[in-house]
Amino acid sequence: MKVWLPTALRALLLLLLIAFLLFPESFEPLFRSLVQPNAPAIYNQGSLLSLTLLHLKTVFFATLMATIIAVLLAILVTRPFGSEFLPLSRSLVNIGQTFPPVAVLALAVPAVGFGEKPTLIALFLYGLLPIFENTLTALTNLPQSVIEAARGAGMTGFQRLMQIELPLSLAIIVGGIRLSVVISLSTATIGSTVAAKTLGEVIIAGLQSNNLAFILQGGLIVGALAVLIYDGLSAVEGLLARRAGAR
Amino acid sequence: MGRTLPSVRLFDRVGGRGGLRIRLDKLGIVIALLAAYGGLGASFAVSKPNRIVQGQAKPILDALPSWAAWALMALLFVAAVAALLRTAAWIKLLAAAATLLALALAMGLAGHFLTPPGNTYARVSPASGFWILLLAFALLAADAITRLKPPPWMRVLFLILAAAGVGGLLVSGSWDGLSMMKEYAGRADVFWVEAGKHVTLALGSLVAAVAIGLPLGILCHRVEPLRASVLNTLNLIQTIPSIALFGILIAPLGWIAVTVPGAAALGIRGIGAAPAFVALFLYSLLPVVANTVIGLSGVPKDAVDAARGIGMTNRQRLLKIEFPLALPVILTGIRIVLVQNIGLATIAALIGGGGFGVFVFQGIGQTAMDLVLLGAVPTVALSFAAAVILDALIELNSRAVNGARSA
Repeated sequence: MKVWLPTALRALLLLLLIAFLLFPESFEPLFRSLVQPNAPAIYNQGSLLSLTLLHLKTVFFATLMATIIAVLLAILVTRPFGSEFLPLSRSLVNIGQTFPPVAVLALAVPAVGFGEKPTLIALFLYGLLPIFENTLTALTNLPQSVIEAARGAGMTGFQRLMQIELPLSLAIIVGGIRLSVVISLSTATIGSTVAAKTLGEVIIAGLQSNNLAFILQGGLIVGALAVLIYDGLSAVEGLLARRAGAR
Repeated sequence: MGRTLPSVRLFDRVGGRGGLRIRLDKLGIVIALLAAYGGLGASFAVSKPNRIVQGQAKPILDALPSWAAWALMALLFVAAVAALLRTAAWIKLLAAAATLLALALAMGLAGHFLTPPGNTYARVSPASGFWILLLAFALLAADAITRLKPPPWMRVLFLILAAAGVGGLLVSGSWDGLSMMKEYAGRADVFWVEAGKHVTLALGSLVAAVAIGLPLGILCHRVEPLRASVLNTLNLIQTIPSIALFGILIAPLGWIAVTVPGAAALGIRGIGAAPAFVALFLYSLLPVVANTVIGLSGVPKDAVDAARGIGMTNRQRLLKIEFPLALPVILTGIRIVLVQNIGLATIAALIGGGGFGVFVFQGIGQTAMDLVLLGAVPTVALSFAAAVILDALIELNSRAVNGARSA
């Protein structure tokens, strides 16, 4: 029974999330006691479903861009051509992580204005680091014997990269994407302070009107999304790791 | 390791004996291109009639008195050449440091030069060219420092030197003509109050998290069944977005303030610093607990057995053997927490908790970007300094551990 329990719990969470997004009104009694008698108990300044989809869209595009750039950069600095940049890129990743997301978000505003764009930039920059770091770790820690064998078999550098190095690194790269997505899901809520349409709007509306139900709704949806995506990507990662091990 | 690798050859006359060979540094090419664009292509400063309107961008030659402009250009050229050539790392570091200092001084000069005398509304702020130049030479400095592989104390020394340089510039009044400093001048008292709140929030929640997280981590290490459930719960907390957690905590803390006698007198209230403190504390627990568990389980078994063999008690083993050996990993957790807390504390401003976020969010609200900078720059500087200092501490401790192991 212990084996299927976590899966059942996640399925239940997913069902609850979908039900809440489609029929928020039916959950009204649950939130009623949290608000003043005459205040709305369910977010009423827009559709929760469309905000959730916009939130996911922003995170998806930022993560997609971050993945492409981070993996390309990591490949570049691990080739002989770019190896001069390897030590610097390591310390840059280290320095980059000290930039708080709010600061990145706020500093992007003067460059691109309010709305979705600064959020995308902040999520992209912040998402780069975990993916880059993981890809770098994976590519620099491959078993030397495998690389030598591939070289011995007459594979070119490009063939080695595509057929050996990247497939073997894939699980760890997905691990980086997983970290990046979870950070981005949470950071995207802050994007609403610069007028991006994300679930942060629900939370900020709650903070402004002192409505605990709104804050909870925004927070719980983001939390549920993060848990589900985290677990989903963990499963993918496990699958890839087993496949890489089987080779 | 980077220096033995193939380099770009400018004039590679393989046939001619003693042919002129100039070996270029690849990163140097990037830096020189950035410097050329930042110095010649982009504008150095923006001059605005008041704090929120669009400004007029000025290139270096218009933003500075001509002697200073040409001197800066000459220095930029020399530094770019130093970056391009495969010179020793310390020469590059010197060139980068000199250029960064010159850029800072030039920006201050531009502030005074572009502000019409007696005009208190006009604002001068750095423009894209300045930021690009700053980035280019900060990259050069970072690369040089990475190559020099300085011991931990020297990195802290570099940090102190940089902080002293910035402090000196601030005190000397060189930057007083700049917009960000005018924003500061208008709210100097508030700035230090919020700075104090920011540091108290970030450090206080860290201390609380270590005080609770260390024993919890040790407990999780000893009591196996507890481990997964504690770590999973803490993991779950991390998925709640920060602004939501801050908001959610308003209710229980408000309730405590009303019902528990004496709580309100301790400063516990529904809004303000209390929910921010609790939220930061909750976020901090996972890295501290998880790293304590990882650190303790990484302690070599024979070390523990040997300690047991010479008759050490449980408590002695923990304090004298396990804990010192796990310290580098635990410190890594503390570094993560501190850097994360300094960043997250900016969000406390949204629920009235104070901190540098006050200026960031006020600035966003008033579309006054210099005010945003006034909040963002100290936050970045603070977390950068925290990272450098803790990295040095971690390295010192892991060296001590390795030394003890090999001895």
